[in-house]
Amino acid sequence: MDHSIILNGNQVKVGDVSPTMTLLEWLRQTGFTGTKEGCAEGDCGACTVGLLDEGPDGPTWRAVCSCILLVPQAFGRQLVTVEGLATGETLHPAQQAMVDKLGSQCGYCTPGFVMSLFEATYRSDLDSDWKKDDQICGNLCRCTGYRPIREALYQIAGSQPVDRFSDCLNTELAIPPVDYRRGEQRYVRPEKWRDLWDAMGDDPVRFVSGATDLGLDVTQRFKTFPLLVDLGLLPGMREINPIDGGWRIGAGVLLSDLEAWSELHSESLGKMLRFFASRQIKNRATVGGNLCNASPIGDLPPVMLALNAVAVIRSEAGERRHAFSPTDSAPGFWTAYRRTVLRDGEVLAAVEIPDLHPKTYATTYKVSKRRELDISAVSSAFALRLDESGTVADIRLAFGGMAATPARALRTESILRHQTLSQSTIERAIEALGDDFSPIDDHRGTAWYRATVAANLLRGFFEEAQGQVSVTLPDRPTGTIFAETN
Amino acid sequence: MSGGLHKPGPHESAHLHVTGSAKYVADDPGPHGTLFVLPVPSPIARGRITHMELGAALKVDGVHSVLSVDDIPGDNIWGPILHNEPLLADGFVHYMGQAIAIVIAETEQSARRGVAAVELQFEEASPIIGIENAIAANAYHTEPHVIERGDLDAAFDSAALIIEGIVETPAQDHFYLETQAALAIPEENGAYTIRSSTQHPTEIQKVVAAALGIGAHHVVCEVPRLGGGFGGKESQASPYAAYAALAAAHTGRPCRSWLHRGQDMAWTGKRHPFRTEYKAAFDGDGMILGVLARLFSDGGWSLDLSGPVLDRALFHVDSSYFIPAIRVEGRVCATNVPSNTAFRGFGGPQGMFVIEEILNRAADAMGVDSTALRCSNFYGPAPRDTAPYGQVIEANRLPQLVPQLMKDANYDERKRAIEQFNRSEQHVKRGIGFQPVKFGISFTASLLNQAGALVHVYTDGTVQINHGGTEMGQGLHTKMIAVAADTLGVELGAVRLMTTATDKVPNTSATAASSGSDLNGAAVQSACLTIVERLRPIAAQLMGNDTDSDAVTFHDGHAWLGDQSIPFSTVATTAWAKQISLSSTGYYATPGIGYDPSIGRGRPFFYYAFGGAISEVEINGLTGEYRVRRVDILHDVGNPLAPSIDVGQVEGGFVQGMGWLTCEDVLYSPDGRLLTHGPSTYKIPAAGDTPLDLNVSLLRDADNPLVIGGSKAVGEPPFMLAISVVSALRDAIRGFGDGEWIVELDMPATPESVLRAVEHQRTGVTGLKGRR
Repeated sequence: MDHSIILNGNQVKVGDVSPTMTLLEWLRQTGFTGTKEGCAEGDCGACTVGLLDEGPDGPTWRAVCSCILLVPQAFGRQLVTVEGLATGETLHPAQQAMVDKLGSQCGYCTPGFVMSLFEATYRSDLDSDWKKDDQICGNLCRCTGYRPIREALYQIAGSQPVDRFSDCLNTELAIPPVDYRRGEQRYVRPEKWRDLWDAMGDDPVRFVSGATDLGLDVTQRFKTFPLLVDLGLLPGMREINPIDGGWRIGAGVLLSDLEAWSELHSESLGKMLRFFASRQIKNRATVGGNLCNASPIGDLPPVMLALNAVAVIRSEAGERRHAFSPTDSAPGFWTAYRRTVLRDGEVLAAVEIPDLHPKTYATTYKVSKRRELDISAVSSAFALRLDESGTVADIRLAFGGMAATPARALRTESILRHQTLSQSTIERAIEALGDDFSPIDDHRGTAWYRATVAANLLRGFFEEAQGQVSVTLPDRPTGTIFAETN
Repeated sequence: MSGGLHKPGPHESAHLHVTGSAKYVADDPGPHGTLFVLPVPSPIARGRITHMELGAALKVDGVHSVLSVDDIPGDNIWGPILHNEPLLADGFVHYMGQAIAIVIAETEQSARRGVAAVELQFEEASPIIGIENAIAANAYHTEPHVIERGDLDAAFDSAALIIEGIVETPAQDHFYLETQAALAIPEENGAYTIRSSTQHPTEIQKVVAAALGIGAHHVVCEVPRLGGGFGGKESQASPYAAYAALAAAHTGRPCRSWLHRGQDMAWTGKRHPFRTEYKAAFDGDGMILGVLARLFSDGGWSLDLSGPVLDRALFHVDSSYFIPAIRVEGRVCATNVPSNTAFRGFGGPQGMFVIEEILNRAADAMGVDSTALRCSNFYGPAPRDTAPYGQVIEANRLPQLVPQLMKDANYDERKRAIEQFNRSEQHVKRGIGFQPVKFGISFTASLLNQAGALVHVYTDGTVQINHGGTEMGQGLHTKMIAVAADTLGVELGAVRLMTTATDKVPNTSATAASSGSDLNGAAVQSACLTIVERLRPIAAQLMGNDTDSDAVTFHDGHAWLGDQSIPFSTVATTAWAKQISLSSTGYYATPGIGYDPSIGRGRPFFYYAFGGAISEVEINGLTGEYRVRRVDILHDVGNPLAPSIDVGQVEGGFVQGMGWLTCEDVLYSPDGRLLTHGPSTYKIPAAGDTPLDLNVSLLRDADNPLVIGGSKAVGEPPFMLAISVVSALRDAIRGFGDGEWIVELDMPATPESVLRAVEHQRTGVTGLKGRR
């Protein structure tokens, strides 16, 4: 097939490049040096480009980090870089706003900001300040202090001009399957499950979706992969559907789409997603990627544990289900540091999240050194149901960052279960947290901090759950408890 | 006036920035055939190289050659002040990441593989990491520098309150978005063109010439622009340019070096961490009687610019306060980490933080508002007007600035509202803090305060200007264009600013010390005035009045005499026809400054820049997280050359300073490995960290007659306004306790650090620490 990319409206044939070459490297080698490398780990946004992608309501422009996107992932796709925005001498509104508001100083981060603003220009859902701010939390600027950039963003966000970029949104998007082999490496993007099973031969396979983590293996650890299988085009992977008593969320659902969905359907999940990565990362990263990555500090795993979710695992033989939480008969989904129950030849196809009992109070908290785009020191998701008499009928307390895997605080839960929620019970439960977890020291926080925060989050949660403090979700919320009390 | 002087407007490169067409050295792939150069980094922090086998690297596909110290044709040793840093390790390594050899290859990938193939063995020595270990090992780069005055013993004897302790301020990575980059192109006759992302093109020229063993005239350094510098490219761009040049000399081909973020962070120096032992005396009214402070900075493995950084710290321990009796003593420690270097403020922030910590603790001890304590200790009329090093604080703007700021920020009312709020809330507390700034302007090595320019007028009336400064986002070029346009009376569009290059303006100082527009602006103006003087008689003659040439003015693209005018282009063409030169150099040197470190006395600064900030924060007492709710800044930039550019400097400096004191946490392992080497682990402020409500005003009617256009330097001074956030945090933290304990808040004030301080207020338990 034709290995080309539609770059700024022009079909560009990609030459003989490695399947793990990053899009950024290719762009810069091709002369598109407006797109910058600031970190090559998706954490600064200087490399941001626009990718025309399938959204929940049809085609949509997404700002993505080109530094951790692999070239073949862009085959057959429409891309726009900072060089492709202006029309002759007329700047795109995103560019003009940056000029008008003095949003650039040294200018090196500017193309990335412009591309994040570009996405914002065509978004229709930027209805609050925090959402607008979230649009640029993945772009670092060392010069301006951000105030003028934020003003530029606010000027153009959701303005939805009619132009050649909005025209693209009205077209049918046909993302082609890919099978690309160069040297020792092969990249396959099947569009049918059958093709997926057929592609898997003797070579060790590495599944990839957004490549937001795999990209780091390439740029930071210089790894190569004999066989990369992209799950992004497979049927059902990007769908969210109601099922009996809950929802089935495809493993390929992008975090940005999950965030939009959760606003209507799951407050606790939505709260976590606000502080989850950056817009660019959420535009590529998937539910399945975050769960299968099996990091102890992933942010979705605690939510899955607290919401009692079930993994839907697919192989050539069919589907099986496995609860994320450990049960009497089975271990949890995460078996050890960075290990899951997935066997060779198995793919996480979806997660099923049961509806919450109407009396259940569920929420999430994330604590990190920096509020935005930072990895948790501690992340947590809690669900509590009290029965009529005020005793604990159901409790699930899940943490990330406290152990080698995301985990439930089972001893703590057992102290609370079937008890009246008195202050002394709560204090006993909090003490038991020390038996559940022995967190470690690292550059994100000391063991003391993690243990103290975990205890305090629990303390705050019970106050919230009992309505002692009214929880507000202000326009620029923090990841944790009532830090804004206007 | 047709120029943009004193008027708001965008950065001169804004259109290039937003379209991706602004060119940076890191973007430049070089001419066809350009090779890539990558240093072989030391994997250990300290030791002797016992075995080095470069041959294996040569076998790697695409590797052209590998050079070690033995292959350097000229001088392996360089250094911005002391000449003592090897470009390539000569038997010993002193920090992890030190360059041992360079691999030259067809591609970066091949270079990286070549680096991995080099075989090295060491006899390891135990590295010294951190100031405390350096002090214990008696490892120093310098002898103590002392500034003192007054009778300190008497001050302590008569004190009503003595505050003593140790205060530490952390390192900070520059995190310029464009990492270190250089391109070396061999020219005819053994000459080289170097394109470098540097703040100091002349230093690049010198280091390259010395390394190659050729004359400086054979090296031209060009600097199109920098993707950020902040001091990190004042001295430390040099080795990477030298590696590219050595490779170009060896191969005869163009060579480029460029660092990935992780390499840049691991291999280059940072803001100096400081550890200061202090003792301060106050009288019963809260007036400072005396301060004794011993400052130790972590210089890293070599001296680099650590001497003057330490000096500036000593010069700024007084901050904005009159300290009658004082002894400050400073010493640079030698450790086994990359050599710490210039960073916005250049020691000033570290020095100021000492007295601000003392005042904050004294306020806690006295139970008074730290803002009031600060204001009562300000410099004032004689005899309270002289800095410890003997310079009189002239034209002190704080008496005018601070009341205005307090009023604008509605300080008193908000202070009361916060106290009210804190009484009613259990888990959330707010606090407010004030920080004044008095920052000395001039390179403290007085001889560096000079600059040159070269201006060409063409016969069509258009103009090219060259000056010695580099553009790194601070808007220097925007200001220089405005100065030239204003002086020549032409439109901004008629002035083109040329790439900074050492063949146009030689022997330059680094663009540093906030001095760029003061020095280069005066030089550009001087060059333009020379041309204006030549053109006046011509213009007068053209207007039929050759006796009154002194009355000719230039503005709106014309020469004017009374109501008469004639286009500038006509004047220029006529001058050419009359064989009058339309080109001139310009030169400026700051007059009347000097400092003698042996006696700790002198006038190191031409003038001072002033400012003030009031910050309000809100802390979540369960997690230590916080946000900055509101910041009000009133800053003195004199009569600004480019007001909107200057506001950008103030805001950007403030947020960068906030990063230093809040979320930015440089961590080395005990064996000298940088643990925070990318934005995934090292967190500079993001958009959401910017204060929710950020109000920046420039002080009005603040003309500074000493400097071009009545302006003042603005690059560094606003950085220190961010200390207000620390005072605000302390105020909020105090809200969690009952006033029994002095707030113990370690820098950087990460959420963890804040939570420790909060827990201490609640329980009185200190040392709630795991790692540190």
